[in-house]
Amino acid sequence: MMLEVEEIHTFYGLSHILFGVSLKVEQGEVVCLLGRNGAGKTTTMKSIMGLTPPRRGNIRFRNEEITGRQPYLLARKGISYVPDDRRIFADLTVGENLEIAARKTRGTEEWDMERIYELFPALKDIESRKGGCLSGGEQKMLAIARALMGNPELLLLDEPTEGLAPVLVHALEEQISKLKNAGLTVLLAEQNVRSALRSSDRGYIIDNGQIRYHGSVGELRENDEVRKKYLLV
Amino acid sequence: MEFGLAALASQLVVGLSRAMILFIVCAGLSFVLGVLRVPNVAHGSLYMIGAFSAYGIAMRLFGGSSAGFWLALILAPFVVALVSLIAERALFCHLYEREHLMLLLFTFALMLIFGDLVKIIWGAEYRSVSPPALLRGSVSMFGASIPRYNLFLLIIGPLVAIGLWLFTNKTKIGKISRAAAVDREMVSVIGINVSWVFAAAFVIGCYLAGLGGALVAPTVSVTLGMDHTIIIEAFLIVTIGGLGNMWGALVGSLIFGVTHSFGVLLWPQFAIVFPYAAVVIVLFLRPRGLLKSVW
Repeated sequence: MMLEVEEIHTFYGLSHILFGVSLKVEQGEVVCLLGRNGAGKTTTMKSIMGLTPPRRGNIRFRNEEITGRQPYLLARKGISYVPDDRRIFADLTVGENLEIAARKTRGTEEWDMERIYELFPALKDIESRKGGCLSGGEQKMLAIARALMGNPELLLLDEPTEGLAPVLVHALEEQISKLKNAGLTVLLAEQNVRSALRSSDRGYIIDNGQIRYHGSVGELRENDEVRKKYLLV
Repeated sequence: MEFGLAALASQLVVGLSRAMILFIVCAGLSFVLGVLRVPNVAHGSLYMIGAFSAYGIAMRLFGGSSAGFWLALILAPFVVALVSLIAERALFCHLYEREHLMLLLFTFALMLIFGDLVKIIWGAEYRSVSPPALLRGSVSMFGASIPRYNLFLLIIGPLVAIGLWLFTNKTKIGKISRAAAVDREMVSVIGINVSWVFAAAFVIGCYLAGLGGALVAPTVSVTLGMDHTIIIEAFLIVTIGGLGNMWGALVGSLIFGVTHSFGVLLWPQFAIVFPYAAVVIVLFLRPRGLLKSVW
């Protein structure tokens, strides 16, 4: 099992955000976490990455307990996180953003600048531009590219399509399927249900900090009731 | 009052060389402010420790020989770096999450402690460091006689600026510290132990305080209290330059140094007022500093 989240309860200060969230991601899968704004998708991602450690519950990565570990240790174990607000280092150029995120692993097919620029050719042309001077779409690509430079086994993608033009959403879906083919495991948090279902194998629906439904992509597509109730589609 | 070219030139050199010392110290303070967000009041104490260490090495250990001076110039900043590394790992690293006011109080306490330690180790007397043979005396330029040591400072200042620029722009740790200045959490997310980045940045900033202290030693009397003077000037300079901006520290230092030395020409009794007036004017026009602040 690549990732196992078991009954986690996460708080921001006094407010209780996640109420016993559990989910599993197998190696090589793309799993989506669907939910409205404020449902708890980002908090789930941040809890896994160690940015808002849960107060109760367990998180295991490759059967190893990682609850409450520091983010840099998780990154070194092979988890990369693409935040929904991208958080590009604005003072650094595109190339520098990638360079400082580079992390060598023992794997054979490593991500390096060359391979990243093959996947996102647009980034190569703006290599020396400052991160703060990029468009939203470019920042999104860079955030994903930066996460890949860490050579992760598990990629946490938080709302990659948010604010992107439809053309870019399609391009991004293609990239995600390419990543899947490259053997990467992905947990994808999305509001854009259609796009998420095109990329995923399985899905969870989260609402008010609780997992409400879980099933294959086919089941999710068919279950109108659940979608209406929790996703307002 | 007579404004001969000679007087102007010599005051300009004095002002610029003072500005170089200020720049080296302020660049360190600004770097620490930018990356760690710590307003380090004890920065001036590290400058003082740098000056006293230079005195200890050059005068006590080597009896004022030229070799002693050069060795002091190299070693004294490392003494300061070591002191700062110990302070960072033992104390600072537990306090980064605290609010600025607490950090201000904490570093103020540290300044008092460092002051007393210097008094215990080196005593309260005035000390002086003699410059090496190569840099003694003066040369004549534009009809004025200009101390060689001041010219030496005019060479060192730009070298430090270039070195710092290369460090922050061309080395990986420099790039990481620029990233950490803006978003330390995200730096951690990409697999970097921010705690060590902070330690490195702090030590580098304090090394510059020590270097400034060692460089200034032959031009002033090394004494208790030099920490207070410099820290007030340094905070003003980084504020008018733009917090955390190295070039801002340079611009601020030049304004401060040059206005002071021209103040001496214009109105000697009130020379000290000029740089402060310049600070007031700058802050009126640009309250956040001349160049972009990272805060």
